[in-house]
Amino acid sequence: MTNTLLILILLTNLRLLISSRIHACVRWVAAQGILLGLLAVVGRQADITLLGILFALFTAAIKGWVFPWLIFRAIRESEIRREMEPYVGYNLSLAIGLAALGVSFWLGRRLPLPGLPGPLFVPVAFFSMFAGLFLIVSRKQAVTQALGYLVMENGIYLFGVVAVRDEPLLVELGVLLDLLVAVFVMGITMFHIQRDVESLDANQLTQLRD
Amino acid sequence: MEMLLHALLLVPAAAGALAFVWRRPGAARFLLPAGAAAHAALTAAAWLVRPASAHPNWLALDDTGLLFLSIASALFLAAAAYAPGYLRGRDRDARTMSEPLFAGCALLFLASMTLVTLSRHFGLLWVAVEATTLASAPLIYYHRDARSLEATWKYLILCSVGIALALLGTFSLSVAGEGAGLACLSVDELVRRAAGLNPTWLQAAALLLLVGYGTKMGLAPMHTWLPDAHSEAPSMVSALLSGALLNCAFLGLLRVRQVVVAAGLQAFDAGAFLVLGVLSVGLAWVFILRQADFKRLLAYSSVEHMGLLAIGIGLGGGGPYATLFHALNHSLVKAALFLLAGNLLTAYGSKAVEDVRGALRVAPRTARFWLVGLFAITGFPPFGVFVGKFLLLRAAVQAGRIGLAGLLAVLLAMIFIAMSARMLPMVFGPAPGNRSPVRERWGAVLPSLVLLLISLALGLWLPAPLADVLARAARTLGGAP
Repeated sequence: MTNTLLILILLTNLRLLISSRIHACVRWVAAQGILLGLLAVVGRQADITLLGILFALFTAAIKGWVFPWLIFRAIRESEIRREMEPYVGYNLSLAIGLAALGVSFWLGRRLPLPGLPGPLFVPVAFFSMFAGLFLIVSRKQAVTQALGYLVMENGIYLFGVVAVRDEPLLVELGVLLDLLVAVFVMGITMFHIQRDVESLDANQLTQLRD
Repeated sequence: MEMLLHALLLVPAAAGALAFVWRRPGAARFLLPAGAAAHAALTAAAWLVRPASAHPNWLALDDTGLLFLSIASALFLAAAAYAPGYLRGRDRDARTMSEPLFAGCALLFLASMTLVTLSRHFGLLWVAVEATTLASAPLIYYHRDARSLEATWKYLILCSVGIALALLGTFSLSVAGEGAGLACLSVDELVRRAAGLNPTWLQAAALLLLVGYGTKMGLAPMHTWLPDAHSEAPSMVSALLSGALLNCAFLGLLRVRQVVVAAGLQAFDAGAFLVLGVLSVGLAWVFILRQADFKRLLAYSSVEHMGLLAIGIGLGGGGPYATLFHALNHSLVKAALFLLAGNLLTAYGSKAVEDVRGALRVAPRTARFWLVGLFAITGFPPFGVFVGKFLLLRAAVQAGRIGLAGLLAVLLAMIFIAMSARMLPMVFGPAPGNRSPVRERWGAVLPSLVLLLISLALGLWLPAPLADVLARAARTLGGAP
């Protein structure tokens, strides 16, 4: 069960790297959020508490429903173009993604975790972080940067779920990263309000340079 | 004395919350300086009687914390004294941030920085650093135009990635501690049980936190947001960002370093500190060389000085002491310069170096202090920055890194030449279009004068309590006196 969920998360990451439509990307990120919530219940095995289940449900609701809804609304209101507009083409993105996957498995071997519930946890967590970071730097639009940040954050949350068993509250600090995502979504709407900036390309953010 | 710790946090937080809801005109102009003065008084009290803590694993005031708390508090007081005149003097339109909102965010920003300095737990520290980001972002978006939005977006996205990595580092730290059976990420606990920590995970944590908090500190190559944010923010905010907030991020690095030193792994990340430090100084020089915007010039100078701080930590020996002393002096002088830059911006209506000429005739007081500030920041004796840089070079020589010392000396000289070449012509010569002198209120120059005088005094004479605090703090960082 755990491994199936992890492989599904891994596949959503690869799907995000080759997806050309923003709407599809938002849906894949939402799906990943829900998978993550499930995993937080299943993956922690015996020592799961009621509070833990509530936190996991909360995480799934935020990542799988609230954010996608907010982002869809921002896209609608700001009349954002529906393409991903990558700096790096989809084929190359996929190749880089696969390379990152290799590095993630290598890192998973290098950094052994005592008492790990499964061999896939750490590599998938690292791969999510890499994929998120790559989306942030390789896609032009502000929305996609926010999506990339969500994916990266999912990876960190996943790592926390398995790695930090002494202090479950510490893992839930990750919720505070969601606060930043909320600010990003606000920022996206503000780009629209801003009369001087017509488009939402992070690419057009080039007035300030040396 | 537990009260004092809570008051340090609650006074600015309550004043900030009050500024949001108390909509009477003029309330913000009262709350901002009042909150700043109360916070400064509490900080001064902490120097007289060090507050004990009921929860030393979470909140406490140690020597390093006290130093950085004092910097933040003093700079905030200077900025709060400067703000009312600046806010009145600038051409305001409907789009700029409202005064209550500005005062509220600024005071919450102070509260969050205070929390950074008081945190004794890596989880709490992380929350505090994130809070500083959230509280300061609206201040950078003060002008509500395309440029400030761009600066704010870059600040948020880059620092958020940094903060995410720092959380990962904090998780790794917790994994490193698991072998020793400790369920606590308190700095003291980790230092006490340092020998039992898992070295691989501790190293991973140290690197992740170095990159994470280093991004917020503005170390190259993660500095790219800094010149934008520090130049687009209104000047008193720039002063706080450069003088106080960068230090708070640096304090996060010092906490990790403390654990790494206690575990006997200081040789491991010393190299990383040195590389990032030298890169920052070198890159700052390149960008100062042809800088057309005088606020960006000051921002790149901050990148340079953050690099110097990192180098001091990497050196060990006398390095940590030099670093802490230098952090203090850099903050004082850089804040003074940013406040003066605000005066120049008001007088000339431009941030371009080319547009500002003959400032001695247009704004004589500002121009004179600008000149003093230039010499202070580039390390002329007898200013404190000179002493800091001298101690740093000496530490490099004593550590046997002659090549590094030589490289640094050359880079610092080049930066002095580059900064003088940009800043001196602003002061001398005829004013463009025979611009008539502007009226300079004392409120606009006095805060800078006081900050510069403190730095001058520190270069000549180090008060015994401060020397003790610096020496004790340096010892926790693996420094020898």
